[in-house]
Amino acid sequence: MDGALFTNMLFATVVAGTPLIIVALGLLVSERAGVLNLGAEGMMAMGAVAAFAVTHATGSPWLGVLAGLGAGMAMALVFGFLTLTLQANQVASGLALAIFGVGLSAFIGKPFESVALPTVPAIRIPFIADIPLIGEALYNQQALVYFSWALFWAVLWFLARSRAGLVLRAVGESPAAAHAIGYPVVLIRYLAVLFGGAMAGVGGAFLSVYYTPMWMEGMVAGRGWIALALVVFATWRPLRVLVGAYLFGGVMITQLFIQGSGLQIDFPSQFLSSLPYWATIVVLVVISRNPNLIRLNSPASLGRSYRPDA
Amino acid sequence: MSSPSPTAGTTPRLRLAGIRKVYPTVVANDGIDLTVEPGEIHAVLGENGAGKSTLMKIIYGVTRPSAGEIHWEGERVEVANPARARALGIGMVFQHFSLFETLTVAENVALALPGRPPLAELTQRIAEVSEHYGLPVDPRRHVHALSVGERQRVEIIRCLLQNPRLLIMDEPTSVLTPQAVRRLFDTLRMLSVEGCSILYISHKLDEIQELCHTATVLRGGRVTGHCKPAEETPQSMARLMIGKDLPVCEHGPAATGGEARLQLSGLSHASDDPFGTDLRDIHLDVHAGEIVGIAGVSGNGQQELLRAISGEERIAEKFPVRIGGVEAGRLNAAQRRRLGLCFVPEERLGRGAVPSMSLADNAVLTAARNAGLVRGGFLSFARARRFAAECIERFDVRSGGPRAAAKSLSGGNLQKFIVGREVLQTPRLLVCAQPTWGVDVGAAAFIRQALIDLRNRGCAVLVISEELDELFEICDRIAVIAKGRLSPARPVAETSVEDIGVWMSGLWPGAEPLPAEVADAAA
Amino acid sequence: MLRLEARAEPSRLMSWCSPLLAAVLTLLAGMIIFWLLGKDPLQGLRYFLIHPVKDLYGVSELLLKATPLMLCAIGLAVGFRANVWNIGAEGQFMLGAVGATGVALYFAESDSALILPAMVVAGAAAGAAWAAIPALLKTRFNANEILVSLMLVYVAQLSVSWLVFGPWRDPMGFGFPQTAMFHDAALLPAVLEGTRLHLGFGFALAALAAGYVFINRSYTGFKMRVAGEAAEAARYAGFSARRVIWIGLLTGGAAAGVAGMAEVAGPMGQLTDKISFGYGFAAIIVAFVGRLSAPGIFLASLLMALLFIGGEQVQQYMNLPSSISMVFQGLLLFFLLGSDVFIHYRLRFGRAGA
Repeated sequence: MDGALFTNMLFATVVAGTPLIIVALGLLVSERAGVLNLGAEGMMAMGAVAAFAVTHATGSPWLGVLAGLGAGMAMALVFGFLTLTLQANQVASGLALAIFGVGLSAFIGKPFESVALPTVPAIRIPFIADIPLIGEALYNQQALVYFSWALFWAVLWFLARSRAGLVLRAVGESPAAAHAIGYPVVLIRYLAVLFGGAMAGVGGAFLSVYYTPMWMEGMVAGRGWIALALVVFATWRPLRVLVGAYLFGGVMITQLFIQGSGLQIDFPSQFLSSLPYWATIVVLVVISRNPNLIRLNSPASLGRSYRPDA
Repeated sequence: MSSPSPTAGTTPRLRLAGIRKVYPTVVANDGIDLTVEPGEIHAVLGENGAGKSTLMKIIYGVTRPSAGEIHWEGERVEVANPARARALGIGMVFQHFSLFETLTVAENVALALPGRPPLAELTQRIAEVSEHYGLPVDPRRHVHALSVGERQRVEIIRCLLQNPRLLIMDEPTSVLTPQAVRRLFDTLRMLSVEGCSILYISHKLDEIQELCHTATVLRGGRVTGHCKPAEETPQSMARLMIGKDLPVCEHGPAATGGEARLQLSGLSHASDDPFGTDLRDIHLDVHAGEIVGIAGVSGNGQQELLRAISGEERIAEKFPVRIGGVEAGRLNAAQRRRLGLCFVPEERLGRGAVPSMSLADNAVLTAARNAGLVRGGFLSFARARRFAAECIERFDVRSGGPRAAAKSLSGGNLQKFIVGREVLQTPRLLVCAQPTWGVDVGAAAFIRQALIDLRNRGCAVLVISEELDELFEICDRIAVIAKGRLSPARPVAETSVEDIGVWMSGLWPGAEPLPAEVADAAA
Repeated sequence: MLRLEARAEPSRLMSWCSPLLAAVLTLLAGMIIFWLLGKDPLQGLRYFLIHPVKDLYGVSELLLKATPLMLCAIGLAVGFRANVWNIGAEGQFMLGAVGATGVALYFAESDSALILPAMVVAGAAAGAAWAAIPALLKTRFNANEILVSLMLVYVAQLSVSWLVFGPWRDPMGFGFPQTAMFHDAALLPAVLEGTRLHLGFGFALAALAAGYVFINRSYTGFKMRVAGEAAEAARYAGFSARRVIWIGLLTGGAAAGVAGMAEVAGPMGQLTDKISFGYGFAAIIVAFVGRLSAPGIFLASLLMALLFIGGEQVQQYMNLPSSISMVFQGLLLFFLLGSDVFIHYRLRFGRAGA
């Protein structure tokens, strides 16, 4: 492989992995608080369409990202109200959120389907972007790529070192015990869910404003679900999310490069396109086959409603 | 011996007036008055369902009273939440611990403390407190690796670090060996001398008599009496508690020479649960016509042993478990039932019974084949209802009838239904876990008598319980489980509560010597 | 202040009223949406509620739309009852269509009466086989069936796309991504003269009846319900957790497969890359709104079919994107989940215990 191709693929891998990192880290935080939000796909779709619409209207990708963040949070708020206030089943509510978000985004986005946004220029970090092979790939990137790295360090620090992170983990493990020693479990879970929604919205915004940049119905293409699988794969640890997201990015990019390379291989493009989905399944199998690994690492109250008795 | 009662005449530490708590189905507390003096060890006595736990949760701010006043050191207060309670100086050690298994001891303590003490400093303070009060525990260990006794110490230390002036202990001895109970009492007396008041919740009369200065007795959510335990007898306190004399079971001599219905020969099994206990080389025979009891502190392998016998957990080899002489190790729970095994599990709602289903459906759960409640693959509703109705009648289950949902029953009545359901299938071997845990005295006596009657009809019965008194009342032979090992079974007449208490630390004659920290953990 | 108070027992009345309440709230929300979009709410409502069923043909179209929903939903309900979360009915539906199409194309020359039964079997088998993947991975490796079955939807869509763009493309089809039209022997006969309503509706009714008996009367169905309500109780009673997972997924897959078969052998008459309009996902909502019971699913499918057709109508007459029906579907499930709180709680005014 020549150097330019390597740099290109690394660049593209990082870009493809970025939305997964952002979304999966958000989901990881809400799952560590014990809330399983299967609606990531819907929140991403809403984030994507909101960001696109606002960027299109204002010309500012930053306002667009903010709009995506807000849309994701609004969706998460609906989910939080259902599951945390009304005690609805988290699995069913998450599915509803996914279906609703995908539908509503398609509805809202209809007028934008034929519109394109200008490409947002990358931000080049002086000096280190000149490192051979990797410099161009890693340090001449979109702002949100740098954001995803900052987010990673922030989540890592928050969970492992901060007192608030300790409380969040405690709530995720035993909401009843956390309530008994005086923590506002429902409020903490709300905050975690909102954070997850915000990050899903930003992840969606990255897709529609930076990655493609355009809006198309179904453009999230299962990334929300893959991010959910990534959290399981990562056994709820941020570093593994980072690694996993880039692995997935690599799989997506490799199949695109093969499809685009003009290599005369007798292999239908649809099968190449399905590789990321198969990869998700393989990854789930590999990580889940050891039940103790899951049981030891997954937040004990994940997916269970909690209501303090009055 | 109880230490001298603290001087009266000072401002009471805590005074409750007319506390009332109404839940949709029950009045849990009704007009409760209670006064605790500084340094007093005050027992709150009552059987299950009398409203003790609700009252403590109100004092600690976990639940809010429907009516009534709380006065703390002379001033009326609202205890809105546990944080407020702790700010006032109230600490509570829960019956079911409120600890986080995946966190370390120090992290658990840190979560409950106000401010943000650095972990290093906190570790130091934990060491000091545990030294001072004789509560050894390593702050750096994860809670899931601790024994039940150690976890209780963590809870107590967590309270003590906040210098409480009132400590609430909810049924603290149910998880301890008799020796560990002694040590706990020493700690509590020390606290009392230092001026800390203690509210001690229990239904164990002898312990209250030994430890407490005063007692308030609850029955059906109301106060039925106050007394000084030192001046009472267990019988007189029992009358206050249940309104009549303690019922006694009729217990004839055991039949001898019955065939072995359950044989465990060298059963070893690594637990699936990363927090579980591995079973190690367990030998046990249970014969027709006898009741064998297994004592031990919870968390020493009881759950794992029960699952290995019931078939809920299958084991790789088929040899170490024989039921009715048949090698059963690889059979599942349903197949073992066909060999005549019936089983009453520890958890009633969610395991022994499906909460949302009717009693008739819950009869089908285990009696489908033995009682013919399924015909040609389809449910026979009429037969299921008839079976449930018979069970309700014969075992005096207070319920809304066969169509009532299992979760609508009280704990005691549901346990009677489950025991009844298993007994009516005329088992050849009955395994029963915690038969009377959380059950009121009347129902407990009924259940014990039902087990004895079953034994008299030639069934082999295995009972696993944490209540030593209960085991001594109904068993013919007793063994002890500790750290996944089982002691030999001794005839009840040849042993004593004291001996069994020592065995509960894993120290029985002929036991392999355990490493020191393992023995400690077992306690 | 408003607050929720736990009921002593879950309300049976509310458990049936809650879907109705949800439907009414969805309608209200729908009217608000129309109003916000500057459209006449009553006119919108008319297109959703009245227009589709104004004549016999309309009713037949409604039942036609409800057919795949009923089939998918009753299959899913069997699994959902047991907490087996098969989210991939959409993919199993497509595989069923593929299986049936394979038979139809392979025997394109034959007009044997056995072709249709063979297509049903092939559709059911293909759907079940697709669902067997998450079942196998769940029972063998404990892999989450929600994510696996969902991923397979994307794979199924891509596979259908490959077939209709590649090996199965109709050589006479001007390059459109679709197979040749099926011949008569491979088409389901109409059950109502002059309409498109076909025998597949009969399959749906039969599936509902079978589902009812299975869930409520059979011992196996009982075991599934126990596994869903209390997994520990099922283990205690000796019910095999693996068998529950297999039955739950295979039933859902087979039913969705038959629905896919009925779609290609019914209104479509061929396989295209737009074979499903999200029936598999909508069926999840149908199953919940129908309370996982056969009669409920029957009614909920009709409601959902109304939303589908209404969406097409407002697209045609009011110039709104048809994806508005997905918005309504999502709203319906939200409102249902929200209303369900009243099964276990009642609304009270004032402070606790007052």
